[in-house]
Amino acid sequence: MSDTAVAATPQSPSGGSSTPAPAGTPVAPAPRSNQILRDILGGSVVISILAVVLALVAGGILIALTDEDVQTASGYFFSRPGDTLQAIWIAVSGAYSALFQGSVYNFGAVDFAKGIKPLTDTLTFATPLIAAGLGVGLAFRAGMFNIGGQGQMLIAAAAAGWVGYSFPLPYGIHLVLAVLAGIAGGALWGGIVGLLKARTGAHEVIVTIMLNYVAVYLVSYMLRTPGLLQAPGSNNPKTPAMLPTAVYPDLLGSSYNLHAGLLVSVAATVFVWWLLSRSSLGFKFRAVGVNPNAARVAGIDVKRSYVTVMLISGGLVGLAAVAQVLGTVTSGFSSGIDAGIGFDAITVALLGRSRPWGIFVAGILFGAFKAGGFSMQAGEGIPVDIVLVVQSLIVLFIAAPPLVRAVFRLPTPGVTGKKKPVRLAKAVAAK
Amino acid sequence: MSSQLSGPGSTAGATDLAGDGNLAGAGNLAGAGNLAVEVSDPATVSSATQHDRPDSSNGLARTIVKSWKAPIAFGIFTLIALVLFIVLGRDGISTFQLSNSNDLIQLPVVETPTRLAGVITTILLAAITVLAWLRVRANRRVPLWLTSIFGVLFLFGFLAWAAAGQTLPVPGLLVGTVSLSVPLIFGAMGGVISERVGVVNVAIEGQLLAGAFASAVVATITGSPYVGLIAAMVAGMLVSFVLAAFAIKYFVDQVIVGVVLNVLVVGLTNFLYSQVLSKNAELLNTPPRFDRIAIPVLSEIPIIGPTLFRQTIVVYLMYIAVAAVYFGLFHTKWGLRVRAVGEHPQAADTVGINVNSTRFRNVLLAGAITGFGGAYFTLVSVPSFNREMTAGLGYIALAAVIFGQWDPIRATLAALLFGFASNLQNVLGIIGSPVPSEFMLMLPYVLTIFAVAGLVGRSRGPAASGRPYIKS
Repeated sequence: MSDTAVAATPQSPSGGSSTPAPAGTPVAPAPRSNQILRDILGGSVVISILAVVLALVAGGILIALTDEDVQTASGYFFSRPGDTLQAIWIAVSGAYSALFQGSVYNFGAVDFAKGIKPLTDTLTFATPLIAAGLGVGLAFRAGMFNIGGQGQMLIAAAAAGWVGYSFPLPYGIHLVLAVLAGIAGGALWGGIVGLLKARTGAHEVIVTIMLNYVAVYLVSYMLRTPGLLQAPGSNNPKTPAMLPTAVYPDLLGSSYNLHAGLLVSVAATVFVWWLLSRSSLGFKFRAVGVNPNAARVAGIDVKRSYVTVMLISGGLVGLAAVAQVLGTVTSGFSSGIDAGIGFDAITVALLGRSRPWGIFVAGILFGAFKAGGFSMQAGEGIPVDIVLVVQSLIVLFIAAPPLVRAVFRLPTPGVTGKKKPVRLAKAVAAK
Repeated sequence: MSSQLSGPGSTAGATDLAGDGNLAGAGNLAGAGNLAVEVSDPATVSSATQHDRPDSSNGLARTIVKSWKAPIAFGIFTLIALVLFIVLGRDGISTFQLSNSNDLIQLPVVETPTRLAGVITTILLAAITVLAWLRVRANRRVPLWLTSIFGVLFLFGFLAWAAAGQTLPVPGLLVGTVSLSVPLIFGAMGGVISERVGVVNVAIEGQLLAGAFASAVVATITGSPYVGLIAAMVAGMLVSFVLAAFAIKYFVDQVIVGVVLNVLVVGLTNFLYSQVLSKNAELLNTPPRFDRIAIPVLSEIPIIGPTLFRQTIVVYLMYIAVAAVYFGLFHTKWGLRVRAVGEHPQAADTVGINVNSTRFRNVLLAGAITGFGGAYFTLVSVPSFNREMTAGLGYIALAAVIFGQWDPIRATLAALLFGFASNLQNVLGIIGSPVPSEFMLMLPYVLTIFAVAGLVGRSRGPAASGRPYIKS
């Protein structure tokens, strides 16, 4: 209905303004959600780095507060404050050095080959995160929130796994077929969302959340039903092991977990970069993401874009499931195969500001958190859940650049633009 | 059109797009219309807020549109009944047990031959379908009571079919339904208030979990479950505070904040549980529980008594909360303001309502109510806190809000329906269900997708829900 009211505002699709209020523009602006997304995408790298620092500090505080030595020492804080500070230092530095040694390089290892293993683990964890992050990020660029990574991954895992263990096929063809099946599974589950949004206007957030649960129950039903996904002759809700012809080959030999899925993720990153910045389809996506009304006026089929972008997004998330099923856990999977990657992908996409290479870097960072989190739990006894806290804090801080600027007392880029609307409002109030 | 209504330079008003579709898209015009009606005539308030006026989704045409959705849906269900109850019919006697052995008034058990019940139910369902079809053909709406009768009949047929040769304990089924629905209903009330005031509350899950955690710890330390309840409310408000601060002050997208907050609360409670609670379970994680209080006389009514009036104080407070939210939203100045801010913040601002502070306070209130529901987990159902013990119920509560079309009473009924579905799965699991339990568990989510997609009814939220209000 507001088609006529929209005079396509000349806005660069890449965004760049960090002030949310387009002060004094009389033309109908894009819906708020699109502008907010643009702001998220448009912030500077500095804010991202500071957000990570801030989140790590908050995590450190949490670790220090719950550490038993710190609690004992703080009991006599006023007589010997040094003890408390020392206990805090030991707890926090121990935790973060374990995090580093578990994710980058283990200084305690006998030789370089053993010492570098944490880094390869990080890359292994990062492989599905990058693929799923790309899927979520691509949907963000078209103005869609894909919260359904979990469901898309489960369906994709079921599809890829079924192809992976059912038919004996020649080496190479089998792997390609299994990967394609996974992509198709994810695309199907994502496409439903796009179709419902385009046809009925159903909000994609609600639909994706609901489809997550539908997928969980559907896959767990298939996993416990003989003849569907359950391994023959077993009572566990688990599939048979993948056939060796369908498994991603190891990249660095069998002593490392790193598999060829990483190359697929790199290829996916290049593909999404090409799609977004070099193809007309990607241009349409970005136009729809910036302002669907203007895009429609310009002759872009917005509804078709919603369906297409969700198909591709689901397919990319499906790649993450493929990396899990055919790369990381090849001995057959159960219903926990998604390992929370669907939700982590949202944080990865936000941290990477929905840019393909940003997501790539963010995926590796979160892969490092995952790899390091487990060694932190094993070495220092700090629950791996602290990683969840740090991750979600990072996203919260990144989503609110003014907060980070306030904490670090950074200058606000759009200071004049920010004050004007306030004055305007006062003027209106005075009238 | 909308820019004429809301004036030039509007941010929230003119930003509608058809892409948002049913959820928010066409609500703008209707929202503005509703407000005008409500201000002039309070008597029409409840009907005006239920969005049941037929208007096309682009908001231009106001002609009466024949909606064939109801007859089509009825037809599909009748077909399912035909296949399930007659073609795949089961033989035997279905027994419905209506009283517990310790009830004062004993009702006789009802026994029905399974196949006969199936046939009769299917015939009745087909008759209702024809009736609905005739009504729509005559340009009349399918009334809610007809849908209700259809639902109850289908349910009876299904229960009879599922319980062939078995005994189905009806009181147990209903008591379990209420127990499972309590946190859902509290969460739905929080969601209704928050969304009515214009802030999408995806963080219900986080608020429930925070409430459960805080009530367990505080109730254990103080030894009083009542203090635990207050702590649960404070914890829910804390989560809400973060949501409100980010969504209202920093204009961060509300859905993102909600999702991230859920992850944050899961991470925090898991971390604290493993690091602190599990090491000192005696001192920190053995909260006292509320006892069931049977209300004299009322609790002896057959079926209804054990279901509704032999519950804990949390459940009785839930009845009050639902009634209060309903009355407050539709019959008080507070409610009118809340809805005005959620539907058309520009207009609310024009008449002197402080939009952002109204939003902030009511999101906090929503958090308190939801957190209260979280206390039910640790102070009533399970005597200690566990990792992620809300298990996604917050998302079901969100589904109930949408399924209930942002109306407190309907949302409560939706929550009860979801509770019933999951409890039915429990009960059928005990007596041996012919349907795989996963499909029963899937039901609420599938229903919600249907509701959101508009197949069951028009589901449209408050017009300005999800949009930060920025004065221009």
